[in-house]
Amino acid sequence: MSVLVVMEHRGGEWRRPAWETLAAGQQLGATAGMPVCAAAAGTGLEKLAEQLADKRLERVYAIEHELLGAYTADGFTAALEGLIRQIRPYYVLFPHTYQTRDFAPKLAARFGRVLVSDVVAWRLEGGRLGFVRQLFQGKLNADVYAAEGEPTFVSVQAGAFASVPVATGSAEVQRVTPQLEPTMIRARPGAPFQESRRSVDLSAAERIVAVGRGIKGQQNLKIVEELAEALGAELAASRPVCDNGWLPMDRQVGSSGQVVAPKLYVAVGISGAIQHVVGMKGARTVVAINKDREAPIFEVADYGIVGDLFEIVPALAAALRKAPI
Amino acid sequence: MKILTAIKQVAGRDARLRINPEATWIVEEEDLEFEINEPDAYALEAALELKDRHGGEVVVVSVGPERAGRAIREALAKGADRGIHIETESGAPADPLQTATLLERAAAAEAPDLVLTGLQSDDLGYGQTGVVLAELLGWPHATIIMQIERTAAGLRVKRELEGGWFQYLELPLPAVLTVQSGISKLRYATLMGIKKARTKPVKQIAAAELGPAPPPGLRIARVYAPPPVKQTQFLEGGPAEVAARLVEKLRAEARVL
Ligand SMILES: Cc1cc2nc3c(=O)[nH]c(=O)nc-3n(C[C@H](O)[C@H](O)[C@H](O)COP(=O)(O)OP(=O)(O)OC[C@H]3O[C@@H](n4cnc5c(N)ncnc54)[C@H](O)[C@@H]3O)c2cc1C
Ligand SMILES: Nc1ncnc2c1ncn2[C@@H]1O[C@H](COP(=O)(O)O)[C@@H](O)[C@H]1O
Repeated sequence: MSVLVVMEHRGGEWRRPAWETLAAGQQLGATAGMPVCAAAAGTGLEKLAEQLADKRLERVYAIEHELLGAYTADGFTAALEGLIRQIRPYYVLFPHTYQTRDFAPKLAARFGRVLVSDVVAWRLEGGRLGFVRQLFQGKLNADVYAAEGEPTFVSVQAGAFASVPVATGSAEVQRVTPQLEPTMIRARPGAPFQESRRSVDLSAAERIVAVGRGIKGQQNLKIVEELAEALGAELAASRPVCDNGWLPMDRQVGSSGQVVAPKLYVAVGISGAIQHVVGMKGARTVVAINKDREAPIFEVADYGIVGDLFEIVPALAAALRKAPI
Repeated sequence: MKILTAIKQVAGRDARLRINPEATWIVEEEDLEFEINEPDAYALEAALELKDRHGGEVVVVSVGPERAGRAIREALAKGADRGIHIETESGAPADPLQTATLLERAAAAEAPDLVLTGLQSDDLGYGQTGVVLAELLGWPHATIIMQIERTAAGLRVKRELEGGWFQYLELPLPAVLTVQSGISKLRYATLMGIKKARTKPVKQIAAAELGPAPPPGLRIARVYAPPPVKQTQFLEGGPAEVAARLVEKLRAEARVL
């Protein structure tokens, strides 16, 4: 019985959520009393695997095949299925990235299992491991249990285990060659690209006023623009504001937009779904203005104002103009 | 092209959620508002646009209790041709393998060219059902899709990656796509559409009629309010008062002005 951590890499580097999952896996291994292994699929993995050789791991599996050079759901599912059938881990952990979303549910289904997706914590209760997940876009939490048996597939939310250090030690690297045929891979993936050059770099902004769906319509944006001006801040937005075309896409903060770390982040009419929060939780001071006292954005706010943004935002802009910064 | 679109009815975004006495789910009262899961509304829009361009048929399918019938009518009012309501006894949550199993049985009977789902449900947030459905059907899939084009060989789709990156992907048909919010602008139901929807066919199937469900792969043991990560200072008072106090705190305490 062991823990297998499925690592993710891009451009010849391990991705940060993969390191977090590795640390989480080591913690889980210690809790459950199981050795921990890591695996990755791709081509030319030697250098990457080397970076894991001094971590506290039993073994690192480098699954290499020319058909794994570009990620495909079919290729990665088949490659990992083969390894899992061979080494029979008890827990299989993934970072909850877009790539994991794309193939881990399929992989779990091959074993008749359900992935416990987007887990933020776990706890051992009565000898069984309960996983904490968010429901209703972060408004509620739930303790969930996977059906008894193995393997148990789990994906870990980015940031949830960020404070756990990766334990060092030594690991043996083992190359694995999966059984893959070109006909098994049905999708033809193109190279990743960025839509257009960004006209605003929000990551450098010292202050940001971010607006969410609470603003109700493009015609109301004026009040947040005035607040941003009074604060000397950049204007940013949650996804629905950009989806609706009220602000351009390059103002979007979150997992599919920009990651920002300003000194001050003022969230106006934003509920605080995790896909937004991952983009802004590095802000030093967070102010949230929301009419719903239970909105998850308040969980990450230093200062909260519960009320109608259409009253509070103009009042705040006026107060700043009275005492300019 | 025949397109099957899976839509889920979920509690409204602004609905007041109350945890049930067993702490296993929310209370589904009469006055709790429900709506079509946001990404599913976009999946429906994408399906309708494909039909506008290439012709064919859009069939919507929803698994849920009686109330889910309203979500189906809404989709019909927007232009879907037919509905399939796989009726469950309650709104109690199912896991993605259970839901995908029911959807697979409905899809197998319909033999569509394309199945669209949302990328994620707003209530359970598993982000899995479409991918599991593709596996059960034995079809290729692609997730978090922001554009769909028909080609001679099948489909060319634009997949969203993290941090503003994208990728094009070519897929043969039949296939399953999970659609991301924002793929297009949502249309509204017209009065004419609403009227027509009343006469469009909706097939009711009891979930049990579709055969045995797989045993639960996940069990929700306890639902509770999340603990705060930060100590939030709530400022209270009238708008002018809280505004003045916040400016003071940002200046003197947080030192960010
Ligand atoms: C794969 C994936 C990627 C995603 N990427 C991103 C991303 O990069 N960025 C992102 O933001 N989202 C992203 N999302 C979407 C995310 O899950 C949420 O749906 C989104 O962040 C919600 O935006 P919102 O808070 O503006 O809207 P809502 O959740 O609708 O919240 C609106 C808020 O406004 C408040 N409000 C309403 N009226 C008023 C008023 N008069 N005064 C004060 N408050 C009011 C309400 O109480 C509510 O809390 C992604 C989702 C997925 C599945
Ligand atoms: N009960 C349901 N009825 C119809 N479609 C569903 C149902 N549950 C999930 N889906 C579809 O699967 C997608 C992903 O759901 P989930 O895996 O719960 O995040 C949703 O966006 C829907 O398109």
